[in-house]
Amino acid sequence: MSSKSQMSLRVILTDHLRESRLVNDRLIFAAFFAIILFMIVIVRLVVLQIMEYEYFDSLSDKNHVDIGALPPQRGLIFDRNGVILAENIPTFSLELIPEKVIDIDNTLSNLAMMLSLSADSLTALKQRINKQRRFNRVVVQQLLTEKEVASLSVNLHRFPGVDIVGRLIRHYPHGNLFAHTVGYVGRINERDQETIDEFNYKGTMQIGKTGVERYYEKMLHGIVGHRKIETNVQGRVVRESQGVASLAGDDLFLHLDLNLQRVASNALGDYKGSVVALDPRTGGVLAMVSKPDFDPNDFVTGISKKEYIILRDSTDRPLFDRTLRGYYPPGSTLKPFVALAGLEFGVVDEHTKTFDPGWFILPGQDHRYRCWKDNGHGYVDLKTSIAQSCDVYFYNLANALGIDRMHNFLDLFGFGHRTGIDLPGESKGLSPSRQWKRINRNLSWYPGETLISGIGQGFNQTTPIQLAQAAAILAMRGINTLPQVLLSRRKSGENKMQLQFIVTTNNLAIVDSKNWKIVIDSMVEVVHGEHGTARHIGIKLPFNVAGKTGTAQVFGIKQGEEYDTDGLAKKLHDHALFIAFAPAERPEFVVAIVVENGGSGSKIAAPIARKIIKNYFGMSVNEQSV
Amino acid sequence: MSSLFNDRQQTQGLIFRIVSHGIHIDVLLLLGLLILLSVGLMVLFSAGGRDIELLLKQLMRAGTAFMILFFLAQIHPDRMRNLAYWVYGLGLILLVAVLVFGHEGKGAQRWLHLVFFRFQPSELMKLAVPLAMSTYLTERPLPPTALRLVIGLLMIVVPSFLIAKQPDLGTSLLIMSSGLIVLFISGIRWRIILGFIIFCPLVFPILWYIMHAYQRQRVLTFLNPESDPLGASYHIIQSKIAIGSGGVFGRGWLEGTQSHLEFLPERSTDFIFAVIAEEFGLIGVSLLLFWYLLVAGRGIFIAIQAQTSFSRLLAGSISMTFLVYVFVNVGMVTGLLPVVGVPLPLVSYGGTSMVTILAEFGILMSIHTHRRMMVP
Repeated sequence: MSSKSQMSLRVILTDHLRESRLVNDRLIFAAFFAIILFMIVIVRLVVLQIMEYEYFDSLSDKNHVDIGALPPQRGLIFDRNGVILAENIPTFSLELIPEKVIDIDNTLSNLAMMLSLSADSLTALKQRINKQRRFNRVVVQQLLTEKEVASLSVNLHRFPGVDIVGRLIRHYPHGNLFAHTVGYVGRINERDQETIDEFNYKGTMQIGKTGVERYYEKMLHGIVGHRKIETNVQGRVVRESQGVASLAGDDLFLHLDLNLQRVASNALGDYKGSVVALDPRTGGVLAMVSKPDFDPNDFVTGISKKEYIILRDSTDRPLFDRTLRGYYPPGSTLKPFVALAGLEFGVVDEHTKTFDPGWFILPGQDHRYRCWKDNGHGYVDLKTSIAQSCDVYFYNLANALGIDRMHNFLDLFGFGHRTGIDLPGESKGLSPSRQWKRINRNLSWYPGETLISGIGQGFNQTTPIQLAQAAAILAMRGINTLPQVLLSRRKSGENKMQLQFIVTTNNLAIVDSKNWKIVIDSMVEVVHGEHGTARHIGIKLPFNVAGKTGTAQVFGIKQGEEYDTDGLAKKLHDHALFIAFAPAERPEFVVAIVVENGGSGSKIAAPIARKIIKNYFGMSVNEQSV
Repeated sequence: MSSLFNDRQQTQGLIFRIVSHGIHIDVLLLLGLLILLSVGLMVLFSAGGRDIELLLKQLMRAGTAFMILFFLAQIHPDRMRNLAYWVYGLGLILLVAVLVFGHEGKGAQRWLHLVFFRFQPSELMKLAVPLAMSTYLTERPLPPTALRLVIGLLMIVVPSFLIAKQPDLGTSLLIMSSGLIVLFISGIRWRIILGFIIFCPLVFPILWYIMHAYQRQRVLTFLNPESDPLGASYHIIQSKIAIGSGGVFGRGWLEGTQSHLEFLPERSTDFIFAVIAEEFGLIGVSLLLFWYLLVAGRGIFIAIQAQTSFSRLLAGSISMTFLVYVFVNVGMVTGLLPVVGVPLPLVSYGGTSMVTILAEFGILMSIHTHRRMMVP
């Protein structure tokens, strides 16, 4: 070994030694520092436990002054006319604190007898008690009747640790009708616990879970108050004194109209699907129905697991809000928007005609893209092709536009984007593009897909609220008003109404006013024209309605096969769609309807719209006069 | 043969050697931890209202945590060193993920819902920060250069900031202190340390700015307890009554009145120390604190015995941070420090922090039992 490498080895060794000495010194220093910190803690404990022992000991023996939270009253929810949609009703519940009950089995069997509880619910109750900590309250029975309250209170002295507690609980007087829109409140669970302000929710039992109740939880909840409660060493309440009163939550007034909502719900009948009605001038949501529905009152007091599983696992999915989350191909309801794109990009004009033999073939291919009408519509222009919903015209138009231009234009109507409505859980929908397909499917775009996108099939997925909003933008000639459920709110203690702001944007200002007119006139032709697909609903109306029917395929038919309604399972039937606004010239009402597996848009969806429109404009919904 | 082993090993029995070098468990440390855990279960039985199910849950968590300890003890420190940056990087990504995907809630968002289980990335960071810091600082001879010091500080500040944003001030402070301890042990100059101490008050306004409203509230109530009758000061008043009324000998196990009459909040989690003080008195809590010092002392001993600077820094940081946990919790319960929500290690009810702490002790055991037997 050379002397040089010996040298460097020595350097490394000394470095290593020096380093370890340095580190060890620091370790020992840190350890001493820690000991000093712990000494401080010990000194603190000596102060508390020896020097101030008598003071604290006497405090612990004295009556104990506790601070009890006074939960605020939840704000009420009204419809636009001041009809109550969500209220608070007083109820009594029987509760017990296991630690304070002397003979729990005996007490429970006695209570079970008085309340005539079944053996099953008694064992369930026992399980609940065993799961809880012994000092936490357990609810024995909620929603006691007056009679039960009377007979229980007489006997309460026999059961220490058991008491009757009065509470306000949420009640939805219209049951199923607003299940998805107003939503419901439920017990605060662990997940809620992570997000709420612990301080403000002290004493609050329930929190908004869905719909308006959830979205406006902050306004509805209010601010907690508190009072002093004096308890003796046995834990019995001796005195209560008023501290700071709680501040009730704000009352909310919604755009919704009870009457219209009821008509919409009845018109949809037993079909699954959704109806949305908007006022395009304010963005106000006038009616919003999703079916099947459920009774939100079941959730307020805690739904039983069995019932919940039935609701959750039902193939009809009643808990699912179709209006905001249901994905449906828009079908032919997309055609007016595609037509406007065609006009705006100069691909077609009002007079351009296409020949429809009943099918369309891409150059160089032999696949036949069929029109819904087997024999075709012959020569059609834009107006006729919208009025009669000619598919071949739109295959042609989409092919000429190309997917990129079509996608970008539909973007401006909100397809593939959330509308931003003031309700939780809205879905985005899907407006396909070349880029989308590359990223999500890792496939390139085929020309055939442009064709079927042009008639609202293929990858296209829209939610009913999106359809309504797109129709509203069309109705207002490009002005996009944010759809909102909330009309105004009244702060508690004040008599002033605070109106919700109307939010508008206009990304479509460049569109030629002539083109708006062409498309809207064509939609009027759908309802009032001689051959319009919805001509039967335009009869005897004092104003013009602009509409568009849609029949969206759920089930792909192979080449050369026939669509056989009778042979097909109901869940594979086409979805029936309809969008409309009225009066066509100065729109104040927009409606979008999706009837799942309803079959034909013109036969099933359009008549629903007629009923709703008639009701909104103050006409009788009954059709005896026709 | 005997020259291959240092003299300590020779004096130890065969079984001890098998446990130590066969399955890499440090018996003394294990004993210390088990006793802490048993004390914890005993107090929990009282604080939780004699809830057997609660005990079983805690016991199951302890079992899981010990499995992780055992697993980590098998991994050679060199291997940990190689993985350090990866673990740190993963932790950072997960922290960002929590902030991004947990956007909806208004309050704290600490959990990442993975497919099979819920996971708190900030807990991973408690391991990753000292690990990565020890690795980084020992890449070159100690003490660290100015540049390394600055980068080291950044390695602490970035995750701490992300966690404070969640918001989880308690964990953020603990992680910060675990990193600063590594820096301190690595031998940075006293001048710089002094500079820090002077500089710290200047950082306070920045901290104040990133704090959430409720955290500011906690600091304010710490300074003026009367201002918040429902919240933190109520906790402090109740816990002081519980502690003080325990006296020298305590009221006896299961005899605490404050802790059983719903007066003391969070008595089985963050405020369990008050239950111990009420039921076992000054003697009981002093013994407990002494035992914590012993366990950490064993850790410091392991650090001093360690053969590489990396192991020294890591073991030293783990042991000292463990004491910081205890100090912060007890300080908070006795009213010396503001309420920041730090559990009492291995005694408080709750799983996540126990897993992390036992994982750290697993690393300590690995460091101690993987020493090369040759005298360098």
